[in-house]
Amino acid sequence: MTSLLTNLSIAEARDGLRTGDFSSVELTRAHLDAIEGAADANAFITVTPEIALERAAASDERRSEGGTASSMDGIPIAVKDLFCTEGVLTTAASHILDGFVPTYESIVSAKLRDAGAVMVGKTNLDEFAMGSSNITSYYGPVRNPWGPKDGKDLVPGGSSGGSAAAVAGRLSLAAIGTDTGGSIRQPASFCGIVGMKPTYGRCSRWGIVAFASSLDQAGPMTRTVRDAAIMLGAMAGHDPKDSTSAPVEVPDFEAALTGDIRGLRVGIPSEYRIDGMAGEIDTLWQKGIQWLEAAGAETVEVSLPHTRYALATYYIVAPAEASSNLARYDGVRFGLRVAGETLDEMYRNTRGEGFGAEVRRRVLIGTYVLSAGYYDAYYLKAQKVRALIARDFHRAFETVDVILTPTAPSDAFAIGEKMDDPITMYLNDVFTVPTNLAGLPGISVPAGLSARGLPLGLQLIGRPFDEETVFRAAGALEEAAGFDARPDSGAGGR
Amino acid sequence: MDTKTVKDIAFLARIRVADDQLDSLAGELSAIIGWVEQLAEVYTEGVEPMTSVVEMALPRRDDEVTDGRCREDVLANAPDGTDDFYTVPKVVE
Repeated sequence: MTSLLTNLSIAEARDGLRTGDFSSVELTRAHLDAIEGAADANAFITVTPEIALERAAASDERRSEGGTASSMDGIPIAVKDLFCTEGVLTTAASHILDGFVPTYESIVSAKLRDAGAVMVGKTNLDEFAMGSSNITSYYGPVRNPWGPKDGKDLVPGGSSGGSAAAVAGRLSLAAIGTDTGGSIRQPASFCGIVGMKPTYGRCSRWGIVAFASSLDQAGPMTRTVRDAAIMLGAMAGHDPKDSTSAPVEVPDFEAALTGDIRGLRVGIPSEYRIDGMAGEIDTLWQKGIQWLEAAGAETVEVSLPHTRYALATYYIVAPAEASSNLARYDGVRFGLRVAGETLDEMYRNTRGEGFGAEVRRRVLIGTYVLSAGYYDAYYLKAQKVRALIARDFHRAFETVDVILTPTAPSDAFAIGEKMDDPITMYLNDVFTVPTNLAGLPGISVPAGLSARGLPLGLQLIGRPFDEETVFRAAGALEEAAGFDARPDSGAGGR
Repeated sequence: MDTKTVKDIAFLARIRVADDQLDSLAGELSAIIGWVEQLAEVYTEGVEPMTSVVEMALPRRDDEVTDGRCREDVLANAPDGTDDFYTVPKVVE
């Protein structure tokens, strides 16, 4: 029974809870047991069994009293440890947030909580969400449940690697992630799950530890497209406390999953066929094209000519914003403090000890590109190229409804690989970063296995605030791909 | 980027970097800066810099107090709080 409960989708669990086949407490216990059994996956920084069982019991009580329950009511979810959670340690996987217990709840996690979702814990991530491997976490790397391969543990991707590993390893039915340059979609691809980054402005950023404010966006990580649609519905919505949150209605995303994509125009950008891309990635992409065509869609070649400059643009814009956002970690108001003789010395000691190597690198790059004499050459230039990248998409969407690309240039790599220099690691996000720069919705759908037997995802990108079409196309892609492989290590246990 | 530049930036960013790390850090940062400099080849004459992806005016609200009176919450996480204050090393001689 227990293992059956952890294999459900949200939609199935919703039905089972409604018909009384099991209670939220039973469902939650099954997941807490799975988490305990998979401790060495290191997917969680903090597990919250007391909160989970309390919320599960409250959900069961609501249901027994005949209250109309939302789709998320009683559903166990994991929360990336980048969301501030009231009364629960929030670390951003950084030493500098040692002991930080927020007195408030992020809007996205509050919306899910208010919809009845049951938080089972806070998931591991790259420090301050800066990374594509989960290796930069102060709390140690996460192990991908699809590993080990050839005797080596695999990364789950990043930065939402703990969230992806938890969902793939059957430790929670779903998880929330954040995506600044691919941090939901790339780990979803590496772990064989669905990851959706909504349109910038769809979900409130209030209460999320900020990395790059013009790029950050929260989204759902689930095992099915339907689950992502259900969960996003509970996360999205205008929030007056986030001035970039869009005052638009939240549609019924689940209702968009009609399965009918006849006549849908799907763009195929030739610029995403990059040098050095593994042949199997291209093969899977071609399969995706054929699947969508067989389902009645029309594929069209589109050109996104500035794609090749997206990564360099990102690695100016994101560190610049990060260097500004991370200025708040000064040892005065929260987190780590390392003493110094003077105020300046205390700042320097605290930040020198509190930030890991990758975060330090990015803050320094950001400081450099924003400093007097370099601002125009780097930051202003990057903002202009960003405008051109967004314009490419805008033009493409004059003729197509969605765009199909690979999610990542490879399958999951081993922990310790791609560490030779930072740029090698940055290349992981080559297909996902442009979407963030343009603020568009994107989803990764598990579509096949690599020659090594590891999952690979395909990405669908849509027009701003047209997640419905993205979900509809993703549903058709999921149906055609019929991806039913599971990590052989079962519930993340090793 | 030479070690002096790294030292200057690290000072601006208020991050202490040990002297024996300056060399390797200068190498890493130079590689990244050298890589992003490829943007110089993009023709951007007359292109407006993109500062926001959301095509909307900054929302405004009435100038009213809507929050506050939560001193305990604000001070709850102070690493070295004393009474109702944050404390820092002496800044006035």
